[in-house]
Amino acid sequence: MSSTFVPDRWIPGERLTGRLPATEQTLADGELAAPLVGVLALQGDVLEHLRALRRVGARAVQVKTAAQLAEVDALVLPGGESTTIGKLLVRFELLAPLQARIADGLPVLATCAGMILLSDELDQVEPQPLVGGLHVRTRRNAFGRQLDSFDTRLEVVGIDGGPMDVAFIRAPRVEEILADDVEVLASVDGYPVVVRQGLLWAAAFHPEVTGDDRLHAAFVATVRGA
Amino acid sequence: MRPSDPPPSSAAPQTGTTRVKRGLADMLKGGVIMDVVTPEQARIAEEAGAVAVMALERVPADIRRDGGVARMSDPDMVDGIIEAVSIPVMAKARIGHFVEAQVLQSLGVDYIDESEVLTPADEAHHIDKWRFDVPFVCGATNLGEALRRLAEGAAMIRSKGEAGTGNVVEATRHMRAIAGEIRRLTTMDETELYAAAKEHRAPVELVRECAETGRLPVVLFTAGGIATPADAAMMLQLGADGVFVGSGIFKSGNPEQRARAIVEATTHFEDPGVIAKVSRGLGEAMVGINLDTLPEDQKYAQRGW
Repeated sequence: MSSTFVPDRWIPGERLTGRLPATEQTLADGELAAPLVGVLALQGDVLEHLRALRRVGARAVQVKTAAQLAEVDALVLPGGESTTIGKLLVRFELLAPLQARIADGLPVLATCAGMILLSDELDQVEPQPLVGGLHVRTRRNAFGRQLDSFDTRLEVVGIDGGPMDVAFIRAPRVEEILADDVEVLASVDGYPVVVRQGLLWAAAFHPEVTGDDRLHAAFVATVRGA
Repeated sequence: MRPSDPPPSSAAPQTGTTRVKRGLADMLKGGVIMDVVTPEQARIAEEAGAVAVMALERVPADIRRDGGVARMSDPDMVDGIIEAVSIPVMAKARIGHFVEAQVLQSLGVDYIDESEVLTPADEAHHIDKWRFDVPFVCGATNLGEALRRLAEGAAMIRSKGEAGTGNVVEATRHMRAIAGEIRRLTTMDETELYAAAKEHRAPVELVRECAETGRLPVVLFTAGGIATPADAAMMLQLGADGVFVGSGIFKSGNPEQRARAIVEATTHFEDPGVIAKVSRGLGEAMVGINLDTLPEDQKYAQRGW
């Protein structure tokens, strides 16, 4: 016997067939105890994160409202356009509730635009809304424009089984670590690109687009233990 | 057709791969890309929450009004817009004009739109997009056209609609055509897929991939005639991953507010309460053109082959 988790409604990037949502998840008995991980779904590659989380055994839902945010055990801040997501967090009154949950110890995995949003400071003059919490100063588009976007393999501390297969797309990097409790798990050209500060994890690349789920698996394992 | 790139085998970074080309489009999902003709408009678009801007010399409504040959923008204008914003910048090249594309790549634009809104430079051939490191988005009115563009190396598709009309009817027609044709493929057996590939005049490998995955292998936006928040939300409910808005913003009464409203409606495309809220007091939408009064030779969607 199994129970079917209520599937999300159609999400950008999803099948166009309507009847068979590929994101539907069937969990075996007992797996209802799996952590419920939200993916902030204001804009960006939400679907790729939902799929990666489900592949590693989490229950995953999109988060568009404060009510949905209140229910999740952990949150993913996806890739996308950080200025857009930040403005929408403010306009839909999600920024303060999200900051409050992070202050209360909500585990967060942030990739690319997510890493920018989770940073305390940015290396730029123009202001943009940030969630903050991760004590780093980050630089947007640090590797250049789209022509400089790249695929690579990268060793990440704590991720076994060889280098990760990752894509850096108009990616940021950490310019400066602002507190002692931030661990650097991977670097490119001497700049941190994967960092961890307790339950806050951030990667400058997109593990969700390459199908290398090991970072998601490690994050979900931490959430289970938290 | 070029097969997808193998995963990198060493730590040496590889640029210009299919994965990073298609990947940038993945990051734009659920977002709005806005046509802009000046750095000032680009800043307004970014402030409103656009995920990218499309730099061009005249919006489609003005190209219609002015007539004449529409071409790639002045490099100074493209540079000015790249300087003005931190979000991705796209720019248009004429269909088949591979040198305009080379120029735009050298300027460092993040995406090239091989666009029917400009006057075509080649009436038989589109640009061989595999030769470029910069990704391309192309228009399509149906599934076969979308798959032919993918075979030429496009990394993102947009339904064409009828640009510069403020009339969403053609965008609806093209979204329904693409989504409906994919739905039919998903019910076919292997033998029928060969016949379908012939009918769509598209590579059978791409037809099979659509049949298996129930969608295009790349991100599908919609474009052409979107003028209101409800138009944008309707396109997402029809299966678009995001929207391009051209003349609809800067040809309206209050561009700042309308741009914000379209962004917010795109995020909450399934919530009529939000769409109603953001639609209040927006002022005048662009006037719009009825398609049955548009002469055949001014229908841009027919350009491209």
